[in-house]
Amino acid sequence: MSQNQTGTSTRRLARRVSWETMLAGLLAIAILGGALVNRDFLTVENWSNLLANFVEIALMALPLSLIVITGEIDLSVASILGLSSSLLGLLWEAKVAMPLAILLCLLLGAAAGALNGFLIVRFRLPSLAVTIGTLALLRGFAYILLGDKAVADFPPEYTAFGIGVIPFTFIPMPFALFIILAVVFWILLHHTTVGRRLYAIGGNQTAALFSGVDLKRLKMLLFIASGAISALAGIVYTFRFSSSRADNGTGFELSAIAAVFLGGVTVQGGKGTVTGVVLSLLLIGIINNVLTLADVANEILRIVTGSLLIASILLPNLIASTRERWRVRQRLREIAKFGAASTAK
Amino acid sequence: MFPTHKNEFKSGSTGLGWLNVFLRSREASLVLLIAVLTTVTTALNPRFLSPQSLKDLMLNVSIIALLVLGQTVIILMRQIDLSISSIVGITAFLSGTLFLNHPGIPSLVVVAIAILAGLLLGAINAALIAWGKIPALITTLGTLYIFRGANYAWVHGRQVNAANVPGSFLAIGTATFLGIPILTWIVLILLVIFAIGLRQYRAGREYYAIGSNPTAAVLAGINVSRRIATGFAISGAIAGLAGALWLARFGTVDATAGEGIELTVITSTVVGGVAITGGVGTVVGAVLGALLLSVFSSTLVFLRVPSFWQQAFQGAMLLLAIALDAYLAHRHAMRSRVKWSHV
Amino acid sequence: MNPRAFAQTFVAVLSLTGLGTIGYGQDKPIKKDLKITCVPKNINNPYMVTQSNGAMDACKELGEQGKVVGPSETGASAQVPYINTAITQRQNAILIAANDPNALVPYLKKAMEQKIKVVTLDSDTAPEGRSIFINQASAEGIGQSLVQTLAKAIGNSGDFAILSATPNATNQNTWIKYMQEELKKPEYKDMKLVKIAYGNDEDQKSFTETQGLLQAYPNLKGIISPTSVGIAAAARYISTSPYKGKVVLTGLGTPNQLREFVKDGTIKEFELWKPADVGYLAAYAAAQLCSGNIQGKEGETFSAGKLGNRTVGKDGVVLLGPPTVFNADNIDQFNF
Repeated sequence: MSQNQTGTSTRRLARRVSWETMLAGLLAIAILGGALVNRDFLTVENWSNLLANFVEIALMALPLSLIVITGEIDLSVASILGLSSSLLGLLWEAKVAMPLAILLCLLLGAAAGALNGFLIVRFRLPSLAVTIGTLALLRGFAYILLGDKAVADFPPEYTAFGIGVIPFTFIPMPFALFIILAVVFWILLHHTTVGRRLYAIGGNQTAALFSGVDLKRLKMLLFIASGAISALAGIVYTFRFSSSRADNGTGFELSAIAAVFLGGVTVQGGKGTVTGVVLSLLLIGIINNVLTLADVANEILRIVTGSLLIASILLPNLIASTRERWRVRQRLREIAKFGAASTAK
Repeated sequence: MFPTHKNEFKSGSTGLGWLNVFLRSREASLVLLIAVLTTVTTALNPRFLSPQSLKDLMLNVSIIALLVLGQTVIILMRQIDLSISSIVGITAFLSGTLFLNHPGIPSLVVVAIAILAGLLLGAINAALIAWGKIPALITTLGTLYIFRGANYAWVHGRQVNAANVPGSFLAIGTATFLGIPILTWIVLILLVIFAIGLRQYRAGREYYAIGSNPTAAVLAGINVSRRIATGFAISGAIAGLAGALWLARFGTVDATAGEGIELTVITSTVVGGVAITGGVGTVVGAVLGALLLSVFSSTLVFLRVPSFWQQAFQGAMLLLAIALDAYLAHRHAMRSRVKWSHV
Repeated sequence: MNPRAFAQTFVAVLSLTGLGTIGYGQDKPIKKDLKITCVPKNINNPYMVTQSNGAMDACKELGEQGKVVGPSETGASAQVPYINTAITQRQNAILIAANDPNALVPYLKKAMEQKIKVVTLDSDTAPEGRSIFINQASAEGIGQSLVQTLAKAIGNSGDFAILSATPNATNQNTWIKYMQEELKKPEYKDMKLVKIAYGNDEDQKSFTETQGLLQAYPNLKGIISPTSVGIAAAARYISTSPYKGKVVLTGLGTPNQLREFVKDGTIKEFELWKPADVGYLAAYAAAQLCSGNIQGKEGETFSAGKLGNRTVGKDGVVLLGPPTVFNADNIDQFNF
């Protein structure tokens, strides 16, 4: 969306060199600060809560990063979460076997993603508008399915997955799911031809089209993956809270998107890494945790998240433009020197 | 060269003739749709056209329509402003506290302060986007959080009640002139100003130019940064006015005022034919889009559609609108360059 | 020891224990400096703020360290981080108005395993998630009396609607359930509940939902809004519309918000308990639990400061008392 063309290469360089490093640095500061400010911060118990807290958002952020890298966006993720959670409740209440119910939820999520993909890829509609539409439509479906009902009483072996930790560690089971998926996405994006194609699509749509990247199919698959993983997040949410409600996860899309952007994935597409996104998720999670432990009011959390988001882009931009200005001045000085030398001759 | 509807007509209309032309004019098709909806609903429930129901309909659409004006300017430039709902929240409570803490303060002063506050918040967006070079989607997502967070921190659990607001101010939201609510008159006057401004003035046409082709706009000597900044400042000021009017309309304001309306406003604008990819659309169309959505949700209520179905219907409506748009544009410009979403 | 001194001591001891028995049973004194976390449904709801303030007043009275923390939205999961934090901070008690009856249970159980006393107030969880629930008024009683109030005003016949909070609001859904039970009685056979609308506890949504109800159901005789946000918004719309005087509005609301509408005749009667007292009672119950004077078993009695003694009922429920009914005659005596 930015019209700025000048100095992009410098800025890109600045970002590539430093963004993940910068996030890692911030993360270290946050952990250190947390440990200094609050003696409860570095406890095993606190860390397992901390990691569990943002697991649904983290799951949704993975495919979302890839979608943003290709220059699109998906605002419907949280509605798919709600829809999947509602369907799971409904099926469980109807005495459908749990594995089948889970499968059906994932399929429904994939179908919802396919609907997004179909409208965006096949009809070439702008993804922002389409997914604002499906944000309302799919949440609407959740309400149609479940209305004002709330289904609880899920089988203990499944809710145990939701609230349990991996034996002998502090890592919550759902977070392990996230780690596995993060590794898959990392390999996919950084070590396969598919990943390179995704960057190619985001970097330049037309060029990618001509160079033979099957752009339509790739984007379609991404939206389907986003739907299915959002549905998975809905299942995790349901088991974590043993609660299926039509309003589950309302507003989560903004947190997921904020994490993706903060992770260094640019809205113009073509840039960003899985590592960056994972780091930004951790950073937001830790800051939220530290502030909550310090009894900082909830409203301040919003201000902090928003400021981080803006700063994540503003700072690299400022650094780059300062460097740029310095370089231009340097060059002008050289030219002046050269000019002076030549006239002297 | 600006891609207005007129240009499209010259090259396009074969086949269905006048119907095609009619459908291509977004304003006309919106009016037609509104008329059809109204007729059908009235046939099923004559009270739909009762004076009270018409008045409520106009009042319901007014604040959304007002915000749509600002959002149109933004979307025309291929930008987006998500922060308007938070600005409305802050300025609505600000207006309320002004009345509460300074009894006897003239209403006009309160409205002016609200607009100014909105302008200031809009200027923050403007500076970050135009000079900080941060994409609008990210900036306004950030300020959506920050402004609302600041509002929560400031307001906490307090509330301004109708009893604290002078009756003369509340009358803006209830009284009528020539059968039309005062609130709606305000929006209509601004609509005329915006329509003329965007059409007749160089500055207005530059908004179109930036959205249809940013690079060409730069080459044409348009100061893009300044235009964009002005756009966000306008959007903020409009949201400030909307905040003051929110108080007049609803009388009660707490920390959550306006939460979530940004999506309704964007939906209305897009349904009204303002392309989210920039450069195409009019404020009249956008306001008609808001009216259509409002009539539509009113229809759902009148036809006693269960509450739980309404959200799904609204989502489907937006999808239909943009699909129809794309279909018509596609038929019209068969082989022309495809514009991808860059948001 | 001489006999006289012995007798004096004996009498003194007797009278001391006697006094004790009259005042506090075999109660130990309430511990001071207990760390009590109060988690409202959300921190920006004026009703919740009043309730939390009541709890904080009790904490001050007892010399406890109370604090209010909570989310700004009402999703099922929003309160969980605050419960976890209270556990990490080794608080002595959690007072919580639950956003979801089930979602919090596993986390509250974890808190109870760590010897943290859990008291729910206003909105309960499943009983295994807490020791005591402070019930503001019997749900059955609220359901019945709201229907009775409306029936009296519309002569036991006609259409009416309910304007609720969110579709998932536990309290409202329970009250509505009891209203529907009450409606099955033969004397209400001519009354018909035509629609349950949801204002989501947002002022503006409640306002437009009221509009919609009145337009879509021309024969509507009355609206019951069992939520303070809903009834205030509905009253405001009705008072400036032609429906004023034709449609009966009742429900649950605060006197300060509804005073002008009672005076202008939009509302004849509505009810509520004192939200601050709910918080106050909850804080006392928590302090008594922490001091070991009660366990949350049926039949236990404890003292609750200015509210006098309360007895724990079935399932650990402690009832605040019957709600106050407000009308033009008494509304000026109340300020909350």
